[in-house]
Amino acid sequence: MPSDKFRADKTKRTRTLVLGGAMLVVGLALMVFGWSTPTLVLAAKAVLVLGGVALVFQGISRLVVAIRGKRIDLLFTLAMIWLVGLCIVALLAPLLPLGEHNDVAKTLLEPTNMSPKLLTDHPLGTNNQGLDMLSRSIHGARTSLMISLLAVSIGTVVGGSIGVIAGYFRKGTDSVIGIFTNAVLAVPPLILLIALSTFLDPSLRNMAFALSLLTIPSMVRLARANTIAFAQREFVMAARLMGANRFRVMARELVPNVILPVFSMAVVMISALIVAEASLSFLGLGIQQPDPTWGNMVAEGEGGAMEDYPHIVLVPGAFLFLTVFAFNLLGEKAQQRWDTRSAKL
Amino acid sequence: MRRITLRIGELLAVLLVVSFGVFAMVTLMPGDPAVAILGEGHPKHEYAELRDQMGLNDPLLTRYWDWLSGAVRGDLGTSLVPPQGDVTERILGALPVSVELAVLGLLIALVLAIPLALWSAAHAGGTIDRMISATMFATLSIPSFLAGLLLIMIFANGLGWFPRAQWVRLSESIPGNVHHALLPAIVIAMMELALFTRILRNDLIVTLSEDYILAARAKGMPPWRIMIGDALRPSSFSLVTLMGISLGRLIGSTVIVEYLFALPGMGSMIVTSANQGDFPLVQGAVLVIALVYVVVNAGIDLSYGYLDPRTRRVHA
Repeated sequence: MPSDKFRADKTKRTRTLVLGGAMLVVGLALMVFGWSTPTLVLAAKAVLVLGGVALVFQGISRLVVAIRGKRIDLLFTLAMIWLVGLCIVALLAPLLPLGEHNDVAKTLLEPTNMSPKLLTDHPLGTNNQGLDMLSRSIHGARTSLMISLLAVSIGTVVGGSIGVIAGYFRKGTDSVIGIFTNAVLAVPPLILLIALSTFLDPSLRNMAFALSLLTIPSMVRLARANTIAFAQREFVMAARLMGANRFRVMARELVPNVILPVFSMAVVMISALIVAEASLSFLGLGIQQPDPTWGNMVAEGEGGAMEDYPHIVLVPGAFLFLTVFAFNLLGEKAQQRWDTRSAKL
Repeated sequence: MRRITLRIGELLAVLLVVSFGVFAMVTLMPGDPAVAILGEGHPKHEYAELRDQMGLNDPLLTRYWDWLSGAVRGDLGTSLVPPQGDVTERILGALPVSVELAVLGLLIALVLAIPLALWSAAHAGGTIDRMISATMFATLSIPSFLAGLLLIMIFANGLGWFPRAQWVRLSESIPGNVHHALLPAIVIAMMELALFTRILRNDLIVTLSEDYILAARAKGMPPWRIMIGDALRPSSFSLVTLMGISLGRLIGSTVIVEYLFALPGMGSMIVTSANQGDFPLVQGAVLVIALVYVVVNAGIDLSYGYLDPRTRRVHA
């Protein structure tokens, strides 16, 4: 009997393997056909490519099941590969053999508004000034990631410490901090950014500072709520009875416990910050041309360009979507793992 | 009653801090507002006169007081950039457009989210539920300016179903107004729809595991009556909370959509005036938006006690 079961298992496995492989091949064929057939309408192309992607996805996950014998979270794995890859490429951008990303003087001889053609000098095409879209997207990733990560770090450190202080001291300190955090929260995030942009130069440093201001109030609230909960626990009482002063209690007993939910919140916020930065740049209030960010690249497609050359919008749009999506997945995972309370909401 | 008084006191304190922050923006602006009005190469006496007239020589707190007392009386000053006009008047002209878009967007989101969430929760774990969940999760990752551009590309430019960069006031023609407002409102609704569906679905699944639902099932009530009559109401509290939280994002996407569709609302006004450095207009608009935002949120906060009797005692 067991050998029978084993055999059944094996044939099932082979079948999954074959099916998965077939799906992968057909999916890839659909994608390539959809992408490279010039006579198709855009909508039909999109349907073919999307269907191909779905098939490839299913095919790969079947292959993995057949080979390794257990399921993996393929979407999450792919998202992490994308993020890690993007970070590495963004970090190394100046060293990579990429096309020109912001110096118009060097692209006078390059084709303008060229559609994406893989296996050429401009795999993702060029914009209306002949600048290379791939290079611009990668440099945009550099700016975007740098600003968001900087902002979220500032927000976590500053907001987290203020929150712990407010939650531990309570009383007057808490009320004053509460009024200030509520005042910042009383202005909708994008409006606050627009207001700040009227007097801040749109440099990388200022953008990070302005965005960190958005994260501080929520961080304060989260750290405060967690501190209040932990401050009543026995180990804090024990530390105090053993003669630890207030700052030691905060630094050694409270912060290590509060840091996990705060950290998971930080991961969740990154994607919101990337969107905020992109929105501001799209409105023309963020990083200015010719320096590329995904937001101002999408804005180039406005006013007629995107009807004739959809790739001007679609290329940076795809980068933005994939990155935000990957960070959202990561944030979801982080919250499920480290902050069960708010994950339930 | 005491709770309400306390809440209002806190509200006023917050608004005071906000208004001071908004006012202090000007002093942080690079350059001199008087120079900005006169332009370079102005005569000296005119400059001094204008500074005096604008009250720029007074101490900060005096100027703040003048501005705030004006604002309370409904006078927010005059705009610096042509068409120079009364700030209050321009805000009052733009506000209805934004409110209409936001409300329409919210309505579309709710009308679609409730049936989707009901269906998903009733068939949790099924193929369609998983597809809905995945689509909603993906929708959350599309920034509204991108969603807007893509929809414009497909529906306004490609298929020509909707106009763009035009606006018909509600008072002129109701069908015309809806025709112009629909596509922008759909863009606003997308993100909210995704959030609402997710939250409501998860809450419904929790509610559906309660004993009284089992009792209703055992009695033989039809499933759709259980879903709508018994499960929906107790599951909608997080949704109400979420609507308060998402108001900020709703305002944000309204700003972007107005800019994108070139509609004459608060959003395009604030973006243009921020680009031109027209600070009285930015100040006024930010103040009004913050006021609306704070008041609505406080209203939602107070409505919990009304919606869910259990929360009344906890806060007292």
